Amino acid sequence: MFAMIIRRMVQLVFLLIGITFIVFMAMHIAPGDPASIIGGPTATKTDIIQIRERLGLDRPIIIQYLDYLNGLLHGDLGISFQTNRSVAEEIWIRLPNTVNLAVASVIVSILIGIPLGIISALKRNSWLDVFSTTVSLGGISVPHFWLGAIFILIFAVHLKWLPVGGLHAPFWTPQGFKEIILPAITLGTGSAAMTARMTRSAMLEIIRADFVRTARAKGVKERAVIWVHCLRNAMIPVVTVIGLNFGGLLGGTIITEQVFAINGVGRLMIESISARDFPMVQGGVLLIATIFVVINLLVDIVYALIDPRINYD
Amino acid sequence: MSLDAAGQEIVKEMENQLNRNYFLKGIKVLFKQPLALVGFAIILIQIILAVGANWLTAYDPTAQDLSHVNLPIGSEHHWLGTDNYGRDMWSRLIYGARISLIIGFTSVSLGTIAGTILGLLAGYFRVLDGIIMRISDLMFAFPGILLALLIVAILGSSLVNVVIAISIWSVPSCARIVRGNVLTVKKQEYITAMRSLGAGHLRIIFKHILPNSLAPIIVFGAMHMATAILSTSSLSYLGLGADPATPEWGAMISNGQQYMWQAPHLVIIPGIAIALVVFAFNVVGDALRDVLDPNMNIDQL
Repeated sequence: MFAMIIRRMVQLVFLLIGITFIVFMAMHIAPGDPASIIGGPTATKTDIIQIRERLGLDRPIIIQYLDYLNGLLHGDLGISFQTNRSVAEEIWIRLPNTVNLAVASVIVSILIGIPLGIISALKRNSWLDVFSTTVSLGGISVPHFWLGAIFILIFAVHLKWLPVGGLHAPFWTPQGFKEIILPAITLGTGSAAMTARMTRSAMLEIIRADFVRTARAKGVKERAVIWVHCLRNAMIPVVTVIGLNFGGLLGGTIITEQVFAINGVGRLMIESISARDFPMVQGGVLLIATIFVVINLLVDIVYALIDPRINYD
Repeated sequence: MSLDAAGQEIVKEMENQLNRNYFLKGIKVLFKQPLALVGFAIILIQIILAVGANWLTAYDPTAQDLSHVNLPIGSEHHWLGTDNYGRDMWSRLIYGARISLIIGFTSVSLGTIAGTILGLLAGYFRVLDGIIMRISDLMFAFPGILLALLIVAILGSSLVNVVIAISIWSVPSCARIVRGNVLTVKKQEYITAMRSLGAGHLRIIFKHILPNSLAPIIVFGAMHMATAILSTSSLSYLGLGADPATPEWGAMISNGQQYMWQAPHLVIIPGIAIALVVFAFNVVGDALRDVLDPNMNIDQL
């Protein structure tokens, strides 16, 4: 167990180095010279050469990369071309909104997905099952930026129950709760659908297992069979899917933030892509990918801890 | 290359039997699944609209008519209404069907071909396995649309770059599926038989392993069409794909969102179109998986 964790940590380090390399190289092969972007249309040749020297862009690429890595270790993600402020700082300000949205969406996906999956599995092939499987499929198929727009139209414009967009208060306050509910449902729907499908198939598998039959045979009440024997075991793969979804949801925040005009990392990235503000895009991608792989590692470790049958060695 | 004729015959017969069973079983299962039939019907309608777009409408999808803006559904001459520039929504919808089909198909084909080749190499040659799989692990480190976003950020916003981005994005998943399948097929007796008959590596890979790995590749392709279409529209919605004048469904939603208050149909129509098509490819992919490859677990990728 301990050896597995150590090995995965070492793998993680290599993965992180790989990610930084891809992101760094990606921005360097991008067409468009950063120096002329910073200099603007009025910059002369000498200006551009000076800017290039100031940013260290005239050095060999490997040196630039090592320098970049060194900066990363000190929490330095570079300087934004657009605002001339520290990228790390700009991202740091917006990170809470993005994380709040992702967490709220995970909660939505659990609250909708797990009950839907359980009902589906218990009433297999009933109209309830057909209904919930179709809803799940629909949840995967609907583009969530569209769902968000429709939610805004219904709940904010017509019914005026909830605000049109923005995220200013923390989500545990009444105002914050009102603000995050539509974005969270929008982003959480796809993940809820996947959770429901996973719960359904995990439950169906467990219900047929020998130990469940034994429990029934020795006279355990049906309710106890379902809640104690089935659900606890079925939750193991479901927890994994939810954990993995969290990373995917972080990626999904990019679009949802755009729909609801939420000032988060995703929105910052989209604006930076349009402005060709490479350090900012680099920082955003790096951050999301890093959070994603770290969460995946944690999910794997938790998985191995809660299920002794898992053996990674 | 001189191969023993009888040996070849036996191998061929074994393979044929496998393929025939797949086909018959496939037809049966598909007709038992009403959702899959609905999916097929939707895809068929999309193909008809995409191919026939020139004949199915009298309006150019980009022609503006500023005297007839934001007409609602059911208007005279424009049965699906017009958008904020007076462009006919029906024309934009069916030309959008063409764009989404072309982009989905191109990016899935490119990604699948590259992924299949890499997967075959990784699965067959142990030497290449490590490096190809590590690179694919690395690409998996970028969740959801992030990798496609990074690629578009480098190349610049355009539909062609979206195709490139989505193709590259689909390579690692496809490679992984094919590799897994190759590892199983490689151990089968008829491959050993071919080896002992003196067949070369390339011959075995392309004539024997590839045909028997087609099932998961087809399932992957169908399911990935859904992802590709959804991602294209998402990138266009974000302003990183099609330019706003192009009748691309995601771009239409992005444009229509500003006028949603007065003209909700600008957003509703393209959204339903995307949802239907993505739903169709998902259910058809599911059905194909049930038929061709019940053991495959694409959800884990």
